[in-house]
Amino acid sequence: MSPALLALRRVRGMVRRHLYLLASSWPRVLELAYWPTVQMITWGFVTKFLHGQTEILAQAFGVFISAVLLWDVLFRGQLSVSLLFMEEMYARHIGHLFTSPLRPHELVGSLFAMSVVRTLIGVGGAALLAIPIHQFSIFEALGWPLIVFFVNLLWFGWAIGLIIAALVLRLGLGAESLAWAVIFMIQPLSGVFYPLDVLPGWVQPLSWCLPSAAVFEGMRAVLLDGALRGDLLLHAVLANLAWMAGAVLIFLILFRQARARGLLLQVGE
Amino acid sequence: MIVIPTAAAIEVQDLTKRYGETVAVDQLSFSVPAGTTIALLGANGAGKTTTIAMLLGLLEPSAGRITVLGEPMPRRRYQVLGRMNFTSPYVDLPLRLTVRQNLLVHADLYGVADPGRRIEQLAGQLDLAAFLDRPTGRLSAGQKTRVMLAKALINRPDLLLLDEPTASLDPDTADVVRTWLERYQAETGATLLLASHNMAEVERLCREVLMLKTGRLVDRGSPAELIRHYGRSNLEEVFLDIARTGERSRREDAA
Repeated sequence: MSPALLALRRVRGMVRRHLYLLASSWPRVLELAYWPTVQMITWGFVTKFLHGQTEILAQAFGVFISAVLLWDVLFRGQLSVSLLFMEEMYARHIGHLFTSPLRPHELVGSLFAMSVVRTLIGVGGAALLAIPIHQFSIFEALGWPLIVFFVNLLWFGWAIGLIIAALVLRLGLGAESLAWAVIFMIQPLSGVFYPLDVLPGWVQPLSWCLPSAAVFEGMRAVLLDGALRGDLLLHAVLANLAWMAGAVLIFLILFRQARARGLLLQVGE
Repeated sequence: MIVIPTAAAIEVQDLTKRYGETVAVDQLSFSVPAGTTIALLGANGAGKTTTIAMLLGLLEPSAGRITVLGEPMPRRRYQVLGRMNFTSPYVDLPLRLTVRQNLLVHADLYGVADPGRRIEQLAGQLDLAAFLDRPTGRLSAGQKTRVMLAKALINRPDLLLLDEPTASLDPDTADVVRTWLERYQAETGATLLLASHNMAEVERLCREVLMLKTGRLVDRGSPAELIRHYGRSNLEEVFLDIARTGERSRREDAA
Protein backbone atom coordinates (compact mmCIF):
# COMPACT_ATOMS: atom_id res chain seq x y z
CA MET A 1 0.00 0.00 0.00
CA SER A 2 1.36 3.45 -0.89
CA PRO A 3 2.24 5.94 1.88
CA ALA A 4 -0.63 8.20 0.79
CA LEU A 5 -3.15 5.36 1.06
CA LEU A 6 -1.77 4.36 4.44
CA ALA A 7 -2.16 7.97 5.60
CA LEU A 8 -5.77 7.97 4.38
CA ARG A 9 -6.41 4.72 6.24
CA ARG A 10 -5.09 6.27 9.44
CA VAL A 11 -7.39 9.27 8.99
CA ARG A 12 -10.25 6.87 8.24
CA GLY A 13 -9.42 4.98 11.43
CA MET A 14 -9.78 8.13 13.49
CA VAL A 15 -12.97 9.22 11.71
CA ARG A 16 -14.31 5.73 12.30
CA ARG A 17 -13.43 5.96 15.99
CA HIS A 18 -15.51 9.14 16.38
CA LEU A 19 -18.38 7.89 14.22
CA TYR A 20 -18.59 4.76 16.37
CA LEU A 21 -18.68 6.97 19.44
CA LEU A 22 -21.41 9.16 17.97
CA ALA A 23 -23.46 6.14 16.93
CA SER A 24 -23.13 4.58 20.38
CA SER A 25 -24.78 7.50 22.16
CA TRP A 26 -28.03 9.12 21.00
CA PRO A 27 -27.71 11.94 23.59
CA ARG A 28 -24.54 13.03 21.80
CA VAL A 29 -26.42 13.28 18.50
CA LEU A 30 -29.33 15.06 20.17
CA GLU A 31 -26.97 17.53 21.84
CA LEU A 32 -25.49 18.41 18.44
CA ALA A 33 -28.84 19.61 17.12
CA TYR A 34 -30.40 20.80 20.38
CA TRP A 35 -28.73 24.19 20.93
CA PRO A 36 -28.76 25.36 17.30
CA THR A 37 -32.46 24.47 17.11
CA VAL A 38 -33.36 26.23 20.37
CA GLN A 39 -31.45 29.34 19.28
CA MET A 40 -33.05 29.31 15.86
CA ILE A 41 -36.57 29.02 17.33
CA THR A 42 -36.01 31.82 19.89
CA TRP A 43 -34.39 34.24 17.47
CA GLY A 44 -37.00 33.45 14.87
CA PHE A 45 -39.79 34.59 17.17
CA VAL A 46 -37.80 37.68 18.24
CA THR A 47 -37.43 38.53 14.58
CA LYS A 48 -41.12 38.00 13.92
CA PHE A 49 -41.94 40.40 16.76
CA LEU A 50 -39.46 43.06 15.58
CA HIS A 51 -40.55 42.57 12.00
CA GLY A 52 -43.80 44.36 12.72
CA GLN A 53 -42.15 47.16 14.73
CA THR A 54 -39.33 48.63 12.64
CA GLU A 55 -38.95 49.39 8.99
CA ILE A 56 -35.32 48.30 8.61
CA LEU A 57 -36.01 44.88 10.07
CA ALA A 58 -39.01 44.50 7.84
CA GLN A 59 -36.52 44.54 4.95
CA ALA A 60 -34.38 41.82 6.45
CA PHE A 61 -36.49 39.20 8.07
CA GLY A 62 -33.76 36.57 7.83
CA VAL A 63 -30.84 38.57 9.24
CA PHE A 64 -31.15 37.29 12.80
CA ILE A 65 -31.98 33.71 11.94
CA SER A 66 -29.17 33.57 9.38
CA ALA A 67 -26.78 35.11 11.92
CA VAL A 68 -27.77 32.56 14.56
CA LEU A 69 -27.33 29.64 12.18
CA LEU A 70 -24.02 30.87 10.77
CA TRP A 71 -22.71 31.64 14.25
CA ASP A 72 -23.42 28.04 15.16
CA VAL A 73 -21.31 26.90 12.21
CA LEU A 74 -18.33 28.69 13.78
CA PHE A 75 -19.21 27.52 17.29
CA ARG A 76 -19.86 23.87 16.34
CA GLY A 77 -16.79 23.75 14.12
CA GLN A 78 -14.56 24.94 16.96
CA LEU A 79 -16.27 22.89 19.64
CA SER A 80 -16.05 19.69 17.61
CA VAL A 81 -12.29 19.99 17.10
CA SER A 82 -11.66 20.84 20.77
CA LEU A 83 -14.06 18.27 22.22
CA LEU A 84 -13.04 15.39 19.99
CA PHE A 85 -9.42 16.01 20.90
CA MET A 86 -10.33 16.14 24.60
CA GLU A 87 -12.34 12.94 24.12
CA GLU A 88 -9.01 11.17 23.49
CA MET A 89 -7.68 12.61 26.73
CA TYR A 90 -10.77 11.62 28.74
CA ALA A 91 -10.46 8.11 27.29
CA ARG A 92 -6.69 7.99 28.11
CA HIS A 93 -6.25 7.06 24.44
CA ILE A 94 -3.64 9.67 23.47
CA GLY A 95 -0.77 7.37 24.42
CA HIS A 96 -2.04 4.68 22.05
CA LEU A 97 -2.52 7.16 19.23
CA PHE A 98 0.93 8.68 19.41
CA THR A 99 2.70 5.34 19.65
CA SER A 100 0.96 4.28 16.45
CA PRO A 101 2.10 5.51 13.03
CA LEU A 102 -0.59 8.23 13.18
CA ARG A 103 0.99 11.63 12.49
CA PRO A 104 -0.24 14.73 14.34
CA HIS A 105 -1.46 16.31 11.07
CA GLU A 106 -3.46 13.16 10.29
CA LEU A 107 -5.10 13.33 13.70
CA VAL A 108 -5.94 16.98 13.07
CA GLY A 109 -7.28 16.10 9.60
CA SER A 110 -9.62 13.54 11.12
CA LEU A 111 -10.85 16.07 13.68
CA PHE A 112 -11.61 18.54 10.87
CA ALA A 113 -13.48 15.87 8.92
CA MET A 114 -15.56 14.92 11.95
CA SER A 115 -16.30 18.56 12.70
CA VAL A 116 -17.90 18.85 9.23
CA VAL A 117 -20.12 15.86 10.03
CA ARG A 118 -21.09 17.19 13.46
CA THR A 119 -21.72 20.73 12.19
CA LEU A 120 -23.90 19.49 9.35
CA ILE A 121 -25.96 17.41 11.78
CA GLY A 122 -26.32 20.27 14.27
CA VAL A 123 -26.73 23.35 12.12
CA GLY A 124 -28.16 21.56 9.09
CA GLY A 125 -30.97 20.15 11.21
CA ALA A 126 -31.80 23.57 12.66
CA ALA A 127 -31.69 25.19 9.22
CA LEU A 128 -34.15 22.64 7.86
CA LEU A 129 -36.46 23.03 10.86
CA ALA A 130 -36.52 26.81 10.32
CA ILE A 131 -38.45 26.22 7.08
CA PRO A 132 -41.64 24.77 8.65
CA ILE A 133 -41.35 26.70 11.93
CA HIS A 134 -40.56 30.21 10.63
CA GLN A 135 -41.18 29.81 6.90
CA PHE A 136 -37.55 30.87 6.42
CA SER A 137 -35.02 29.02 4.28
CA ILE A 138 -31.40 30.13 4.74
CA PHE A 139 -30.63 28.21 1.54
CA GLU A 140 -32.97 30.44 -0.48
CA ALA A 141 -32.16 33.63 1.39
CA LEU A 142 -28.39 33.44 0.96
CA GLY A 143 -28.12 31.26 -2.14
CA TRP A 144 -24.72 29.90 -3.11
CA PRO A 145 -22.79 32.46 -1.00
CA LEU A 146 -23.99 30.37 1.93
CA ILE A 147 -21.33 27.81 0.94
CA VAL A 148 -18.63 30.49 1.03
CA PHE A 149 -19.77 31.73 4.44
CA PHE A 150 -20.05 28.16 5.78
CA VAL A 151 -16.54 27.23 4.63
CA ASN A 152 -14.95 30.38 6.05
CA LEU A 153 -16.65 30.08 9.42
CA LEU A 154 -15.83 26.39 9.71
CA TRP A 155 -12.23 27.14 8.77
CA PHE A 156 -11.98 29.80 11.49
CA GLY A 157 -13.64 27.42 13.96
CA TRP A 158 -10.98 24.79 13.19
CA ALA A 159 -8.19 27.28 13.87
CA ILE A 160 -9.60 28.26 17.26
CA GLY A 161 -10.41 24.62 18.06
CA LEU A 162 -6.84 23.63 17.29
CA ILE A 163 -5.42 26.35 19.55
CA ILE A 164 -7.71 25.23 22.39
CA ALA A 165 -6.81 21.55 21.86
CA ALA A 166 -3.13 22.46 22.08
CA LEU A 167 -3.69 24.50 25.26
CA VAL A 168 -5.62 21.65 26.88
CA LEU A 169 -2.87 19.20 25.92
CA ARG A 170 -0.27 21.49 27.48
CA LEU A 171 -2.25 22.59 30.55
CA GLY A 172 -4.27 19.42 31.19
CA LEU A 173 -7.98 18.76 31.32
CA GLY A 174 -8.32 21.39 34.05
CA ALA A 175 -8.32 23.87 31.16
CA GLU A 176 -11.23 22.18 29.36
CA SER A 177 -13.61 25.08 30.02
CA LEU A 178 -11.64 27.02 27.40
CA ALA A 179 -13.44 24.92 24.80
CA TRP A 180 -16.74 26.61 25.68
CA ALA A 181 -15.52 30.00 26.86
CA VAL A 182 -13.06 31.29 24.26
CA ILE A 183 -15.47 31.44 21.36
CA PHE A 184 -17.81 33.78 23.27
CA MET A 185 -15.02 36.35 23.55
CA ILE A 186 -15.03 36.39 19.76
CA GLN A 187 -18.79 36.76 19.37
CA PRO A 188 -19.15 40.46 20.30
CA LEU A 189 -16.17 41.35 18.12
CA SER A 190 -17.54 39.45 15.13
CA GLY A 191 -20.61 41.64 14.67
CA VAL A 192 -22.84 38.61 14.47
CA PHE A 193 -26.08 40.51 15.14
CA TYR A 194 -25.03 44.10 14.32
CA PRO A 195 -22.78 45.95 11.84
CA LEU A 196 -19.19 46.51 12.93
CA ASP A 197 -19.60 50.30 12.91
CA VAL A 198 -21.75 49.91 16.02
CA LEU A 199 -18.56 48.99 17.91
CA PRO A 200 -16.31 51.68 19.43
CA GLY A 201 -13.71 52.96 16.97
CA TRP A 202 -10.74 51.47 18.79
CA VAL A 203 -12.36 48.00 18.81
CA GLN A 204 -13.09 47.90 15.09
CA PRO A 205 -9.50 47.17 13.95
CA LEU A 206 -9.49 44.20 16.33
CA SER A 207 -12.73 42.97 14.82
CA TRP A 208 -11.32 43.14 11.33
CA CYS A 209 -8.60 40.70 12.40
CA LEU A 210 -11.31 38.07 12.71
CA PRO A 211 -12.48 36.24 9.56
CA SER A 212 -15.91 35.97 11.16
CA ALA A 213 -16.35 39.78 11.14
CA ALA A 214 -15.94 39.86 7.35
CA VAL A 215 -18.30 36.90 6.96
CA PHE A 216 -21.13 38.49 8.98
CA GLU A 217 -20.68 41.82 7.19
CA GLY A 218 -20.84 39.86 3.94
CA MET A 219 -23.96 38.02 5.08
CA ARG A 220 -25.73 41.34 5.79
CA ALA A 221 -24.63 42.68 2.40
CA VAL A 222 -26.30 39.71 0.70
CA LEU A 223 -29.48 39.88 2.78
CA LEU A 224 -29.91 43.68 2.88
CA ASP A 225 -28.32 44.80 -0.39
CA GLY A 226 -28.52 41.64 -2.45
CA ALA A 227 -24.77 41.85 -3.19
CA LEU A 228 -21.91 39.43 -2.61
CA ARG A 229 -18.95 41.59 -1.54
CA GLY A 230 -15.75 40.16 -3.04
CA ASP A 231 -13.58 42.42 -0.85
CA LEU A 232 -15.11 40.96 2.31
CA LEU A 233 -14.72 37.45 0.98
CA LEU A 234 -11.02 38.05 0.23
CA HIS A 235 -10.59 39.60 3.67
CA ALA A 236 -12.11 36.51 5.32
CA VAL A 237 -9.90 34.13 3.33
CA LEU A 238 -6.68 36.07 4.10
CA ALA A 239 -7.56 36.36 7.78
CA ASN A 240 -8.33 32.63 7.87
CA LEU A 241 -4.96 31.81 6.29
CA ALA A 242 -3.22 33.85 8.98
CA TRP A 243 -5.28 32.31 11.81
CA MET A 244 -4.74 28.77 10.58
CA ALA A 245 -0.99 29.32 10.19
CA GLY A 246 -0.86 30.67 13.73
CA ALA A 247 -2.97 27.80 15.06
CA VAL A 248 -0.77 25.15 13.42
CA LEU A 249 2.34 26.84 14.80
CA ILE A 250 0.89 27.00 18.33
CA PHE A 251 -0.26 23.37 18.10
CA LEU A 252 3.17 22.17 16.97
CA ILE A 253 5.00 24.15 19.67
CA LEU A 254 2.72 22.97 22.47
CA PHE A 255 2.67 19.41 21.13
CA ARG A 256 6.48 19.39 21.20
CA GLN A 257 6.41 20.71 24.77
CA ALA A 258 3.91 18.00 25.72
CA ARG A 259 6.25 15.38 24.26
CA ALA A 260 9.20 16.83 26.17
CA ARG A 261 7.28 16.86 29.46
CA GLY A 262 5.75 13.41 29.17
CA LEU A 263 2.21 14.76 28.90
CA LEU A 264 1.27 12.39 26.06
CA LEU A 265 1.45 9.43 28.42
CA GLN A 266 -0.03 10.90 31.55
CA VAL A 267 -2.90 13.22 30.83
CA GLY A 268 -5.21 14.68 33.42
CA GLU A 269 -5.80 17.80 35.41
CA MET B 1 8.48 -17.12 10.07
CA ILE B 2 11.12 -17.32 12.80
CA VAL B 3 13.65 -14.50 12.83
CA ILE B 4 17.15 -15.56 13.85
CA PRO B 5 18.48 -13.02 16.36
CA THR B 6 21.32 -11.23 14.62
CA ALA B 7 21.36 -7.63 15.78
CA ALA B 8 20.10 -5.45 18.57
CA ALA B 9 16.42 -4.56 18.38
CA ILE B 10 17.04 -1.77 20.88
CA GLU B 11 20.24 0.11 21.61
CA VAL B 12 20.31 2.78 24.26
CA GLN B 13 23.35 4.90 25.05
CA ASP B 14 23.69 7.36 27.93
CA LEU B 15 19.95 7.94 27.91
CA THR B 16 18.93 10.68 30.32
CA LYS B 17 15.61 12.31 31.15
CA ARG B 18 15.42 15.30 33.45
CA TYR B 19 12.35 17.15 34.68
CA GLY B 20 13.84 20.34 36.06
CA GLU B 21 16.07 19.26 38.96
CA THR B 22 14.69 15.71 39.00
CA VAL B 23 16.58 13.08 37.05
CA ALA B 24 14.13 10.33 36.07
CA VAL B 25 16.57 8.36 33.91
CA ASP B 26 20.29 8.80 34.41
CA GLN B 27 22.79 7.88 31.67
CA LEU B 28 21.19 4.54 30.97
CA SER B 29 22.91 2.27 28.45
CA PHE B 30 21.78 -1.17 27.36
CA SER B 31 20.95 -3.20 24.30
CA VAL B 32 18.28 -5.79 23.64
CA PRO B 33 19.20 -8.48 21.10
CA ALA B 34 16.56 -9.11 18.48
CA GLY B 35 14.35 -12.09 19.21
CA THR B 36 14.81 -12.08 22.97
CA THR B 37 12.60 -11.23 25.93
CA ILE B 38 14.18 -8.86 28.42
CA ALA B 39 12.82 -7.26 31.58
CA LEU B 40 13.24 -3.83 33.08
CA LEU B 41 12.93 -4.20 36.83
CA GLY B 42 12.88 -1.61 39.53
CA ALA B 43 10.79 -0.12 42.28
CA ASN B 44 8.14 2.52 41.57
CA GLY B 45 9.87 5.62 40.24
CA ALA B 46 12.93 3.67 39.08
CA GLY B 47 12.47 4.97 35.53
CA LYS B 48 10.94 1.94 33.78
CA THR B 49 7.89 3.68 32.32
CA THR B 50 9.94 6.76 31.43
CA THR B 51 12.42 4.56 29.57
CA ILE B 52 9.64 2.77 27.68
CA ALA B 53 8.01 6.10 26.81
CA MET B 54 11.30 7.32 25.32
CA LEU B 55 11.73 4.08 23.36
CA LEU B 56 8.26 4.66 21.91
CA GLY B 57 8.95 8.27 21.01
CA LEU B 58 6.25 9.50 23.42
CA LEU B 59 8.82 11.38 25.44
CA GLU B 60 11.84 13.37 24.27
CA PRO B 61 15.09 12.35 25.98
CA SER B 62 17.12 15.13 27.60
CA ALA B 63 20.32 13.45 26.39
CA GLY B 64 21.59 10.20 24.96
CA ARG B 65 20.87 8.07 21.94
CA ILE B 66 18.20 5.49 21.15
CA THR B 67 18.14 3.15 18.19
CA VAL B 68 15.04 1.01 17.70
CA LEU B 69 14.90 -1.63 14.95
CA GLY B 70 17.85 0.08 13.31
CA GLU B 71 16.35 3.59 13.29
CA PRO B 72 17.29 6.51 15.53
CA MET B 73 14.47 7.49 17.86
CA PRO B 74 12.64 9.77 18.15
CA ARG B 75 13.90 11.38 14.94
CA ARG B 76 12.72 8.57 12.64
CA ARG B 77 9.86 7.34 14.79
CA TYR B 78 7.45 7.00 11.87
CA GLN B 79 9.80 4.56 10.14
CA VAL B 80 9.52 2.12 13.04
CA LEU B 81 6.27 2.74 14.91
CA GLY B 82 4.37 0.53 12.46
CA ARG B 83 6.64 -2.39 13.45
CA MET B 84 6.22 -1.83 17.19
CA ASN B 85 3.36 -1.87 19.64
CA PHE B 86 2.80 -1.62 23.36
CA THR B 87 0.48 -2.00 26.30
CA SER B 88 0.51 -0.03 29.51
CA PRO B 89 -1.79 0.49 32.48
CA TYR B 90 -1.38 4.23 31.90
CA VAL B 91 -3.33 4.18 28.65
CA ASP B 92 -6.71 2.81 27.70
CA LEU B 93 -9.02 2.13 24.80
CA PRO B 94 -12.24 4.15 24.36
CA LEU B 95 -14.70 2.46 26.72
CA ARG B 96 -17.89 3.11 24.71
CA LEU B 97 -16.51 1.42 21.61
CA THR B 98 -16.91 -2.32 21.33
CA VAL B 99 -13.85 -4.52 21.33
CA ARG B 100 -14.22 -5.12 17.59
CA GLN B 101 -14.58 -1.39 16.88
CA ASN B 102 -11.46 -0.58 18.90
CA LEU B 103 -9.49 -3.24 17.09
CA LEU B 104 -10.77 -2.04 13.69
CA VAL B 105 -9.66 1.51 14.51
CA HIS B 106 -6.18 0.33 15.46
CA ALA B 107 -6.03 -1.96 12.43
CA ASP B 108 -6.54 1.18 10.32
CA LEU B 109 -3.91 3.12 12.28
CA TYR B 110 -1.36 0.35 11.67
CA GLY B 111 -2.42 -0.32 8.07
CA VAL B 112 -3.24 -3.97 8.80
CA ALA B 113 -4.21 -5.93 5.70
CA ASP B 114 -7.53 -7.79 5.97
CA PRO B 115 -8.38 -6.44 9.44
CA GLY B 116 -11.54 -8.54 9.81
CA ARG B 117 -9.55 -11.74 9.45
CA ARG B 118 -6.80 -10.54 11.78
CA ILE B 119 -9.36 -9.66 14.46
CA GLU B 120 -11.04 -13.06 14.18
CA GLN B 121 -7.62 -14.67 14.42
CA LEU B 122 -6.73 -12.73 17.58
CA ALA B 123 -10.18 -13.36 19.01
CA GLY B 124 -9.59 -17.08 18.63
CA GLN B 125 -6.07 -17.02 20.03
CA LEU B 126 -6.83 -14.75 23.00
CA ASP B 127 -10.33 -16.08 23.65
CA LEU B 128 -12.11 -12.78 22.89
CA ALA B 129 -14.87 -14.12 20.64
CA ALA B 130 -17.58 -14.09 23.34
CA PHE B 131 -17.26 -10.36 23.96
CA LEU B 132 -15.99 -9.02 20.65
CA ASP B 133 -19.15 -6.93 20.21
CA ARG B 134 -19.42 -5.78 23.81
CA PRO B 135 -18.42 -2.23 24.81
CA THR B 136 -14.86 -2.26 26.15
CA GLY B 137 -16.02 -0.50 29.32
CA ARG B 138 -18.19 -3.48 30.27
CA LEU B 139 -15.35 -5.97 30.38
CA SER B 140 -13.72 -7.47 33.45
CA ALA B 141 -10.09 -6.57 34.20
CA GLY B 142 -8.92 -9.88 32.78
CA GLN B 143 -10.95 -9.53 29.58
CA LYS B 144 -9.72 -5.97 29.16
CA THR B 145 -6.10 -7.03 29.55
CA ARG B 146 -6.54 -9.59 26.79
CA VAL B 147 -8.13 -6.93 24.59
CA MET B 148 -5.19 -4.61 25.25
CA LEU B 149 -2.88 -7.44 24.27
CA ALA B 150 -4.90 -8.02 21.09
CA LYS B 151 -4.51 -4.32 20.27
CA ALA B 152 -0.77 -4.62 20.90
CA LEU B 153 -0.55 -7.58 18.53
CA ILE B 154 -2.88 -6.26 15.82
CA ASN B 155 0.07 -5.33 13.55
CA ARG B 156 2.15 -8.46 14.33
CA PRO B 157 4.89 -6.28 15.85
CA ASP B 158 8.58 -7.11 15.62
CA LEU B 159 9.05 -5.29 18.91
CA LEU B 160 6.55 -5.40 21.74
CA LEU B 161 6.91 -3.13 24.76
CA LEU B 162 4.88 -4.32 27.71
CA ASP B 163 4.49 -2.12 30.76
CA GLU B 164 3.14 -4.30 33.59
CA PRO B 165 1.17 -6.56 31.22
CA THR B 166 -0.38 -8.69 33.96
CA ALA B 167 -0.95 -6.05 36.63
CA SER B 168 -4.19 -6.64 38.58
CA LEU B 169 -4.90 -9.98 36.91
CA ASP B 170 -5.83 -13.15 38.77
CA PRO B 171 -3.19 -15.93 38.58
CA ASP B 172 -5.14 -17.91 35.99
CA THR B 173 -5.60 -14.99 33.57
CA ALA B 174 -2.02 -13.85 34.14
CA ASP B 175 -0.83 -17.35 33.24
CA VAL B 176 -2.91 -17.29 30.03
CA VAL B 177 -1.31 -13.98 29.05
CA ARG B 178 2.22 -15.21 29.82
CA THR B 179 1.67 -18.41 27.87
CA TRP B 180 0.44 -16.40 24.95
CA LEU B 181 3.43 -14.05 25.05
CA GLU B 182 5.80 -17.03 25.11
CA ARG B 183 3.97 -18.50 22.15
CA TYR B 184 4.02 -15.28 20.17
CA GLN B 185 7.73 -14.80 20.83
CA ALA B 186 8.54 -18.38 19.86
CA GLU B 187 6.42 -18.31 16.70
CA THR B 188 7.44 -14.93 15.36
CA GLY B 189 10.89 -14.32 16.81
CA ALA B 190 9.72 -10.92 17.99
CA THR B 191 11.59 -8.96 20.63
CA LEU B 192 9.79 -8.32 23.92
CA LEU B 193 10.77 -5.72 26.49
CA LEU B 194 8.84 -6.09 29.69
CA ALA B 195 8.50 -3.82 32.71
CA SER B 196 6.99 -5.75 35.57
CA HIS B 197 6.73 -6.01 39.32
CA ASN B 198 5.92 -9.68 39.10
CA MET B 199 9.20 -11.51 39.68
CA ALA B 200 7.83 -14.97 38.91
CA GLU B 201 6.70 -13.63 35.55
CA VAL B 202 10.14 -12.23 34.83
CA GLU B 203 11.86 -15.44 35.85
CA ARG B 204 9.58 -17.38 33.54
CA LEU B 205 9.63 -15.15 30.47
CA CYS B 206 12.91 -13.28 30.37
CA ARG B 207 16.36 -14.19 29.23
CA GLU B 208 17.91 -11.16 30.85
CA VAL B 209 16.97 -8.64 33.50
CA LEU B 210 17.99 -4.99 33.69
CA MET B 211 17.79 -3.77 37.29
CA LEU B 212 17.03 -0.06 37.61
CA LYS B 213 17.20 2.12 40.66
CA THR B 214 16.52 5.87 40.68
CA GLY B 215 16.93 5.95 36.93
CA ARG B 216 20.27 4.14 36.85
CA LEU B 217 21.16 0.65 35.70
CA VAL B 218 22.51 -1.02 38.84
CA ASP B 219 22.82 -4.60 37.65
CA ARG B 220 21.97 -6.94 34.81
CA GLY B 221 22.06 -10.63 34.00
CA SER B 222 19.87 -13.66 33.56
CA PRO B 223 17.43 -14.36 36.41
CA ALA B 224 19.46 -17.45 37.39
CA GLU B 225 22.75 -15.51 37.38
CA LEU B 226 21.33 -12.72 39.53
CA ILE B 227 19.82 -15.17 42.02
CA ARG B 228 23.11 -17.05 42.26
CA HIS B 229 25.20 -13.93 42.56
CA TYR B 230 23.11 -12.37 45.30
CA GLY B 231 22.93 -15.71 47.11
CA ARG B 232 19.15 -15.66 47.14
CA SER B 233 16.50 -18.24 46.37
CA ASN B 234 14.40 -16.21 43.92
CA LEU B 235 14.33 -12.97 41.95
CA GLU B 236 12.00 -11.26 44.40
CA GLU B 237 14.67 -11.47 47.10
CA VAL B 238 17.23 -10.07 44.66
CA PHE B 239 14.83 -7.24 43.86
CA LEU B 240 14.42 -6.43 47.56
CA ASP B 241 18.18 -6.54 48.09
CA ILE B 242 18.72 -4.00 45.34
CA ALA B 243 15.71 -1.86 46.18
CA ARG B 244 16.64 -1.61 49.87
CA THR B 245 20.41 -1.32 49.67
CA GLY B 246 21.07 -0.59 46.03
CA GLU B 247 24.73 -0.36 46.76
CA ARG B 248 25.46 -4.04 46.49
CA SER B 249 25.82 -4.50 42.80
CA ARG B 250 28.05 -6.98 41.11
CA ARG B 251 30.27 -4.21 39.86
CA GLU B 252 30.90 -3.03 43.38
CA ASP B 253 31.46 -6.59 44.56
CA ALA B 254 33.99 -7.07 41.81
CA ALA B 255 35.76 -3.85 42.80
